[in-house]
Amino acid sequence: MLKEIGPAIKITLLLTLLTGLIYPLAVTGVTQILFPHQANGSLVTAGGKFAGSELIGQTFAKPGYFHSRPSAAGSGYDGTASGGSNFGPTSQKLTDRVKADVDKFQKENPGHTGPIPADLMTASASGLDPHISPDAAEAQVDRVAKVRGAPADQIRSLVASATESRTMGFLGEPRVNVLKLNLSLDNRYPLSR
Amino acid sequence: MTTPGVLQIVVFFLVVVALTKPMGLFLTQVYEGRRTFLHPVLRWLEALIYKLCGIREDEEQKWTQYSFALILFSVVGVVLAYVLQRAQGHLPLNPQNFGTPVMTPDLAFNTAVSFVTNTNWQSYSGESTVSYLIQMAALTVQNFLSGAAGIAVAVALTRGFARQQVKTIGNFWVDLTRGVVYVLLPLSIVGALFLCSQGVIQNLKPNVVVQTLEGAQQVIPMGPVASQESIKMVGTNGGGFFGANSAHPFENPTPLTNFVQLVMIFLIPAGLTYLFGRMVKDTRQGWAIFATMSLLFLIGVAITYPAEQAGNPILTKLGLDSTSGNMEGKEVRFGVSASSLFAVVTTDASCGAVNAMHDSLTPLGGLVPLFNIETGEVIFGGVGAGLYGMLLFAIVAVFIAGLMVGRTPEYIGKKIEQKEVKMAMLALIATAASILIFSGISSVVDFSKTGYWNPPGAGTANLTNSGPHGFAEILYAFSSGAGNNGSAFGGINTNTPWYNLTMGLDMLIGRFLFIIPLLAVAGSLAAKKRVATTSGTFPTHGPLFVGLLAGTVVIVGALTYFPALALGPIVEHFLMYSGKLFAAVVGSLPIWS
Amino acid sequence: MPTAIEQPLISADPTDLIPKRLARARPLFDPEILGRATKQSFVKLNPVTLMKNPVMFVVEVGAAVTTVILVRDLFGGGAAIGFQVQIAIWLWFTVLFANFAEAMAEARGKAQAEALRKTKTDSVAKRLLGSGKTEEVTSSQLRSGDVVICETNDIIPGDGEVIDGIATVDESVITGESAPVIRESGGDRSAVTGGTKVLSDHVKIKITSNPGETFLDRMIALVEGAERQKTPNEIALNILIAGLTLIFLLAVVTLQPFAAYSVASTGLGHVPSVAVLVALLVCLIPTTIGGLLSAIGIAGMDRVMQHNVLAMSGRAVEASGDVNTLLLDKTGTITLGNRQAVEFLVVEGVTELDLADAAQLSSLADETPEGRSIVVLAKEKHGLRGREVGEHEARFIPFSAYTRMSGVDIDGRMLRKGATEAIINFVVEQGGTAPASFRELSDRISRSGGTPLAVADGPRLLGIVHLKDIVKGGMKERIGQLRAMGIRSIMITGDNPLTAAAIASEAGVDDFLAQATPKDKLEFIRKEQAEGRLVAMTGDGTNDAPALAQADVGVAMNTGTMAAKEAGNMVDLDSNPTKLIEIVAIGKQLLITRGALTTFSIANDVAKYFAIIPAMFLTTYPVLGHLNIMKLHSPESAVLAAVIFNALIIIALVPLALRGVAYRPQGAAALLRRNLLIYGVGGILVPFPGIWVIDRLLAFLRLA
Repeated sequence: MLKEIGPAIKITLLLTLLTGLIYPLAVTGVTQILFPHQANGSLVTAGGKFAGSELIGQTFAKPGYFHSRPSAAGSGYDGTASGGSNFGPTSQKLTDRVKADVDKFQKENPGHTGPIPADLMTASASGLDPHISPDAAEAQVDRVAKVRGAPADQIRSLVASATESRTMGFLGEPRVNVLKLNLSLDNRYPLSR
Repeated sequence: MTTPGVLQIVVFFLVVVALTKPMGLFLTQVYEGRRTFLHPVLRWLEALIYKLCGIREDEEQKWTQYSFALILFSVVGVVLAYVLQRAQGHLPLNPQNFGTPVMTPDLAFNTAVSFVTNTNWQSYSGESTVSYLIQMAALTVQNFLSGAAGIAVAVALTRGFARQQVKTIGNFWVDLTRGVVYVLLPLSIVGALFLCSQGVIQNLKPNVVVQTLEGAQQVIPMGPVASQESIKMVGTNGGGFFGANSAHPFENPTPLTNFVQLVMIFLIPAGLTYLFGRMVKDTRQGWAIFATMSLLFLIGVAITYPAEQAGNPILTKLGLDSTSGNMEGKEVRFGVSASSLFAVVTTDASCGAVNAMHDSLTPLGGLVPLFNIETGEVIFGGVGAGLYGMLLFAIVAVFIAGLMVGRTPEYIGKKIEQKEVKMAMLALIATAASILIFSGISSVVDFSKTGYWNPPGAGTANLTNSGPHGFAEILYAFSSGAGNNGSAFGGINTNTPWYNLTMGLDMLIGRFLFIIPLLAVAGSLAAKKRVATTSGTFPTHGPLFVGLLAGTVVIVGALTYFPALALGPIVEHFLMYSGKLFAAVVGSLPIWS
Repeated sequence: MPTAIEQPLISADPTDLIPKRLARARPLFDPEILGRATKQSFVKLNPVTLMKNPVMFVVEVGAAVTTVILVRDLFGGGAAIGFQVQIAIWLWFTVLFANFAEAMAEARGKAQAEALRKTKTDSVAKRLLGSGKTEEVTSSQLRSGDVVICETNDIIPGDGEVIDGIATVDESVITGESAPVIRESGGDRSAVTGGTKVLSDHVKIKITSNPGETFLDRMIALVEGAERQKTPNEIALNILIAGLTLIFLLAVVTLQPFAAYSVASTGLGHVPSVAVLVALLVCLIPTTIGGLLSAIGIAGMDRVMQHNVLAMSGRAVEASGDVNTLLLDKTGTITLGNRQAVEFLVVEGVTELDLADAAQLSSLADETPEGRSIVVLAKEKHGLRGREVGEHEARFIPFSAYTRMSGVDIDGRMLRKGATEAIINFVVEQGGTAPASFRELSDRISRSGGTPLAVADGPRLLGIVHLKDIVKGGMKERIGQLRAMGIRSIMITGDNPLTAAAIASEAGVDDFLAQATPKDKLEFIRKEQAEGRLVAMTGDGTNDAPALAQADVGVAMNTGTMAAKEAGNMVDLDSNPTKLIEIVAIGKQLLITRGALTTFSIANDVAKYFAIIPAMFLTTYPVLGHLNIMKLHSPESAVLAAVIFNALIIIALVPLALRGVAYRPQGAAALLRRNLLIYGVGGILVPFPGIWVIDRLLAFLRLA
């Protein structure tokens, strides 16, 4: 049986070469040619500089921006520490955090009545969720419109145009890309500096 | 639950059903050594590998030789992966300059074992620990190799049923090579290109620092993700490039990629059921296995999805919209339906990739993945692992109930006798022992905070949650390890010597004390005569058998783990509805320290 | 003393294969046997012997541990003494009940063995010496190869073969059949059994067995279970339940730290006591099947014995359940032993009366059953009475293989009957002719499966007597039942294919082997086995021995030769070849009983979890009361009720284990559906009301 040692070592090294170097490098080469934008992070620019990735959420705290969801990635939307809160449903910490966020939300959006869209008060799985639900955007429209000095309906239509619907009508959920929405917000209704 | 939510589950299932036969036919051709449509392109590569490695393609092995080759191969894999990780600071393609210190010996051991056993448990977070070279040459490689090894075992076991009165069950090296060259590599290439087109990154650049709209600095991580993401799904490995795994937008950017990833998980396992039927020359047998898996899969989804949709009553009371469902730990683009589906699929299979944080699932929503893992991930299961695991349960089911037709038990024309039962029980006992004993010790063990083993102190000090949920984190970890799943109730920090080493052992037991008994079964079956099928033979292709097999899986799992589950997710469910909260993490327990 | 309960041993279903009247059946609960079994239950508590049964051994260890802790608490002043006492008592009962089941089965065998042993007295044998003289020795001094003389009223001292002479022998000791049998040298009736008695004449017997190895010895050992070896399937099942026991042991042992964590994290309640953990363990491990498994095996052997069949091993009984192909000899098994005259067919110009008369006359001296049936048929159809031969001048011509005919020369007439060709030759010799229609007639009878017996009066052909094989009543139904069970029946006959095919279709067998020589039989068995089938057959002659040995289940007739008995793995003391079908049914019933009780045992656990787990953790997690779906009275009553149910179910199932579950011949799918429903689903459901009732009782009696 010891004769199997030779093949064991040789095949491991050979397949390492094939699947560990040739395969990923070849895929890298091809995708850099075919899909350079996507392969390099779908980065977006603002004012000639990289302002982020359209796939990666950012922290928005200012009242003039639509806010993202709470993030458990590092101190919030940290690209080097993706992850969720990992709080279980009976966690005191989860309840405390949500309670604090609810209070903050109600303070910031006094016009909002009724239940708060859950996604806006809960941390995402990746901590980098670029989206909020259309309801969560709607809940913030009044606040943003007020700060931006724009009519709520116009903000609403911006939200609508930033809303992606379900793929093919049934995959996933309708969602609003917060970074893209805030970028178009900055374009159309710049904050007075 | 929403109509589109239900629809995407139904469509997903239909796609799997539709792909099973073509995939199965292709797999049968590959493993029977027949010519496939890929031969003109890839046969030279297969032949070259045999030539360079000194493998005789036509030489077959007995089960002992087959097992020995598998073990040897795995040992070499662990050593190589360990060495590469430990040396990452001295190797190229490390733009973030991750040094050797973060890759401690126990972490490197855990990770090496984890990837070689197809578990892909990650005590680390990829984006802050592992260089691109290691991601590719150590981890991606093992995604291929452990997957191909798993399929090889399933095919060898199938040969045991299909053959009669022979000593050999195939050649491990040949099965391994064919799996990599014709199955995993082509699927991965196609998958990687598709995923990249949808936004999964694939580059070797250092991380990019951007200035956010609010003026802060944000690091955008980079790396060769698509190539790893693809094999991570088709090989049911599940080890993410990033800590957030398939929840990370760079791993799984859209609902469409999510859907495709789900299909990729079930693709080979479902195809293998057809291969089974085909190789034993009775496709109904394969479809019966498929139907059993489908039944259990649909039951799982039917529990998880409503549970997640119902949300967390405690948070609803705080003013959250109850119609949104439980969104803690979920991504908006996937929502409740796709996240629930993913949680079930990834634990039905021994994939372990996650697109939502299982730790934050509702108790019942989390119970299903945990139970799926503890029943051995036989619902489609890991590539190969699902089929051979389900065949183990078929052996047990046929042995218990088969007597009730008044004949000594037989399955696919093979008598199920002492040896088969002994080996099946050995596999079941080994995994149960590993899960229960390690979980038991870790729930009560205490360590010095200044010592080597577990700097946080007690075994429970590594938990994020307390109460039943904290216990569930421990139970889930060791279940995931022994089940070679890799998903986690992520609140547990297992990057300490105690957990890294015990989980390493746990994964080795779960993999090899399961595979080797089954290869022994394969050897024993292959040597047997095939008994004739008559109307007096226990029928193993009808709805009755499907029900029996599904029942056996559930009952054996439930009987083994019910006490533990009762103190975890089950009691937590009732506690959640009574509004009970848990704050303090349990420290050391005086009676046990 | 309670009177013994007379119960039918099997269901009263008319389609049931197993006959209702069992030669050696005894009531299920014979007081004497009950007493013996009760005593044995305690003897079997010895851990050394109990260790062979891992499940019950674990229960005993659990009972012992609980008792030790109880004693400690009694003196140390622990809490909940009453509860602990009850748990300990019921755990011991669990072991005792399982022991009782096994002891019952063994006691039934022992009682039978004792009856046999009484007949086994040391007899005096007359050993033939080289000089031709005899010496008197005791039977225990005889060795294989010795030759003895047995005369009227001698007990045959050992198993052997008649090498000279002929005698009538009373074999009722072995067979229970009082009619004497003939034993003679040469041929297939030469075997004699030790312990049987010569009734008349004297024979020379060559002893073929050493003392302690005789047929009677083996029979005693077998029914007593002393030589009982576990069968392959039983061993495999033992491994399964031992494995499950280990898994449950793990689940229960690790529950302790899990509970410690839970108690610490809530600050409520306490870790379950050892008594409760042991109770949980005992309830979960498959005690029902663990306790009854060996009883089922012994009872299965016993059932075979009750049918007057001696199985040389349990393995053979198990294998008979697996049989796919049954080789049935035509003569004596499928058909009545003899052909019978059913019809007189005349040639043109002859009246049926003439033919009947001639046929009857020619058969008057024919003592064969065929001959007698001709006499009877002639009487029935034409009122011809058997005449006194003495009134006429008659010379009877006996049958000879050379002439192939027999007959009578009477009053100048030469009446002959015989094979068609032989009679035609005779007629031609006498100057007559045979019309072509005569041959056609003869062929037609052959084709229909009958035997044509031509009759001639000198040169005049009269016609043909149609002799027919009579298929036994109900044979077709039985074959049909076998087919439903998935068993092919093959008829073996020496007849030509034409005749064989006709009888085969009448009897409804699946196939036949015509003009079969012993070698053909052997080849056929090998071929079937190569195709993965298990074959059963009966045989009696020495030339059957190879086939009997090759068959998976070979039933030798007790009237057969020693060689046949040695080659087979069962001996039918009644020498009834049809019994093969019953043996198969018993084998199946044994396996079904095993599977049913295993399934039942495992399915029971579901309810026990629902009883015990909430009870265990009610103080730590009061919300677990939601799982108390039976609404049991208190944690103590819940645990006790589960333990008591677990113990009582063993006793409740003893009759089922001994008697075997009801078996009706049907296809596997239907059987499985039925049994899964009864023992699987039933096994899940039954304990819920069972535990609930016991819980109510406990609460009512204020025991918990």
